Amino acid sequence: MSETVRKRGRLGYLLLFPALAWLGLFFVVPLYSLVATSLFDPAGSDFRGYTMSWAWGNYSDALHEYWQPLLRSIVYGGIATALCLVLGYVLAYAIAFKAGRWKNVMLVLVIAPFFTSFLIRTLSWKLILADDGVIVNSLQFLHVLGSDGRLLATPVAVIAGLTYNFLPFMVLPLYASLDKIDHRLIEASGDLYAHPAIGFFKVTWPLSLPGVVSGTLLTFIPAAGDFINVQLLGSPNQRMVGSVIQSLFTDANNYPAAASLSMILMVLIVAMVVVYVRRAGTEDLL
Amino acid sequence: MSQVAEAPKSEGGTDPGGDPSYDGLRLRQVTKSFGAFTAVDSLDLDIPRGSFFALLGPSGCGKTTTLRMVAGLETPTSGTITLAGEDITYAKPYRRPVNTVFQSYALFPHLDIFENVAFGLRRRKSKDVTSQVNEMLDLVELGNQARKKPAQLSGGQQQRVALARALINKPEVLLLDEPLGALDLKLRRSMQIELKRIQTEVGLTFVHVTHDQEEAMTMADTVAVMNRGVIEQMGAPSVLYENPRSTFVANFLGQSNLIEGNVTGRAADVVTVDMHGIAVSVPTERTHVDGERGWVGIRPEKVLIGELGESLDAPGNTIPGGVITDVSFYGVSTQYLVRMPWGQELTVFQQNTGRSKLFGQGEQVELSWRPEYAFLLDHSQDASAGAQRGADE
Repeated sequence: MSETVRKRGRLGYLLLFPALAWLGLFFVVPLYSLVATSLFDPAGSDFRGYTMSWAWGNYSDALHEYWQPLLRSIVYGGIATALCLVLGYVLAYAIAFKAGRWKNVMLVLVIAPFFTSFLIRTLSWKLILADDGVIVNSLQFLHVLGSDGRLLATPVAVIAGLTYNFLPFMVLPLYASLDKIDHRLIEASGDLYAHPAIGFFKVTWPLSLPGVVSGTLLTFIPAAGDFINVQLLGSPNQRMVGSVIQSLFTDANNYPAAASLSMILMVLIVAMVVVYVRRAGTEDLL
Repeated sequence: MSQVAEAPKSEGGTDPGGDPSYDGLRLRQVTKSFGAFTAVDSLDLDIPRGSFFALLGPSGCGKTTTLRMVAGLETPTSGTITLAGEDITYAKPYRRPVNTVFQSYALFPHLDIFENVAFGLRRRKSKDVTSQVNEMLDLVELGNQARKKPAQLSGGQQQRVALARALINKPEVLLLDEPLGALDLKLRRSMQIELKRIQTEVGLTFVHVTHDQEEAMTMADTVAVMNRGVIEQMGAPSVLYENPRSTFVANFLGQSNLIEGNVTGRAADVVTVDMHGIAVSVPTERTHVDGERGWVGIRPEKVLIGELGESLDAPGNTIPGGVITDVSFYGVSTQYLVRMPWGQELTVFQQNTGRSKLFGQGEQVELSWRPEYAFLLDHSQDASAGAQRGADE
């Protein structure tokens, strides 16, 4: 008896080892290095080298200087997540409940964009939203846009790109949640005098909350940190925190500022996620 | 057993809307097809208000489809359903004064017991929900579990929540779709008594769908035996059991010995049948044959078994020449398989009253039964129809 327990324990550690080693090497060590870098003396440079000076001022400087891109990231990410939720919920609902034998085909179609690279897909949005493109011309014709109005280099283009790129991350968890719902529960709500619309809000929606929570997290976290969409579809006026961090690291070589801004973004997102998951009250559904 | 549903059956037969003065549940010519498959075939049914009605049949016989059409979860392909004179054939489920206890209970997993039971009341904006729910939870003896989630309850408790959730709406008709199927035998028996008690107490119409013949017979006033989309026979449980009209009912409801025979004479109140050279008689009101050939039916517990030449209390039908091929001792009774001279094995149940001896394998015996217990069924029917009942349980 105790022999098997010990064996099972040993096997458990053995199975955990590769992932733990990986995480240790590629998550804990870089994280440590990031925290350390964020506290380096900002006066340092690649030539003179960096010294650890516990420069907590890096954080307030970063916040002071880059609060706008930071806020913009959260707003753009939030709007894109909300749009993904609306579009994704309808799609996932249709796949789970109405698609019948087309279910698998539709799921493959949801994942299909991943067969091409993220960059290529975003670049093709540049064509779709181009100044002489069909969409801009149509909107100009309908006087939604002025005659010199454009979509590229506007928040609309950035949010549209974010929504498009992260939609599958919303659809898949939503689908998994909705597909699990026992159809008899919906029948039961109808049997108990609930109009289908009421039945949706009282039964289907609460039961899909685990999918809503994981879908919004999987969408919001990468969307808020994204820099590709701004770079390809936006302009410096739409700069998000991701592009600031990227240029601080690669162009300005200001490692301490880049590291402290990264830390701020990370802490902010973790705090928001914790509050969100608590408030959604889905602990006992998960 | 006071409410026999057969009486008003034929009077409104061709009237599609039914008689508006009929206050029960009425199905007329109801058919439901799924593609080429006809699940329910022009069904006529009258279920009087306040009765406990059981739809009994093997899986796939159309009983659940019938129930779902009454609940509004399926739409009939043709025919009409009226409830208290009102046509509800195409009414939306949430507009019907009908509630269902689902087979797997279908309790809302995200709501606690209280909110599950309150669901119907809240949808109808009922007043004093709290006191009504507490009263109902007390009725099903779950008053102290109100704040638990369904997953925290046992199967029997979940079953009672499902019942409470439906009953609290005081529906005109309560539909029960194999509600006890998931419970173990002992719990099932006690829930049967409980259900029967609640039905008597609240006086609602219960329509109970089951494949368990014992459950149907012990609980219902009226049982309709359903097979392949049609009702084979309907009536009080004792009538169905004692005088089945088809081989399916004879085999599905309990067990029957069915022996081939030819009708040789018809008197005013008795029919004589030649059964492999032995003349037996069957009362005329218990014969259901069209031609000259038929199946003589007799329940195993009605067959008496004795030694050769022993005079048994069964004037009329004595069949000699049996050999015991199998003995199963159950304690309260003994089951014998007896091979008859024509090769067929008959089943005999004998109560262990201690007044007759126990026979052993290979012993020569004589069988007999009182003519008034026998019945005669049409030869065109399959003698083994409905006999495989145990297989899907």
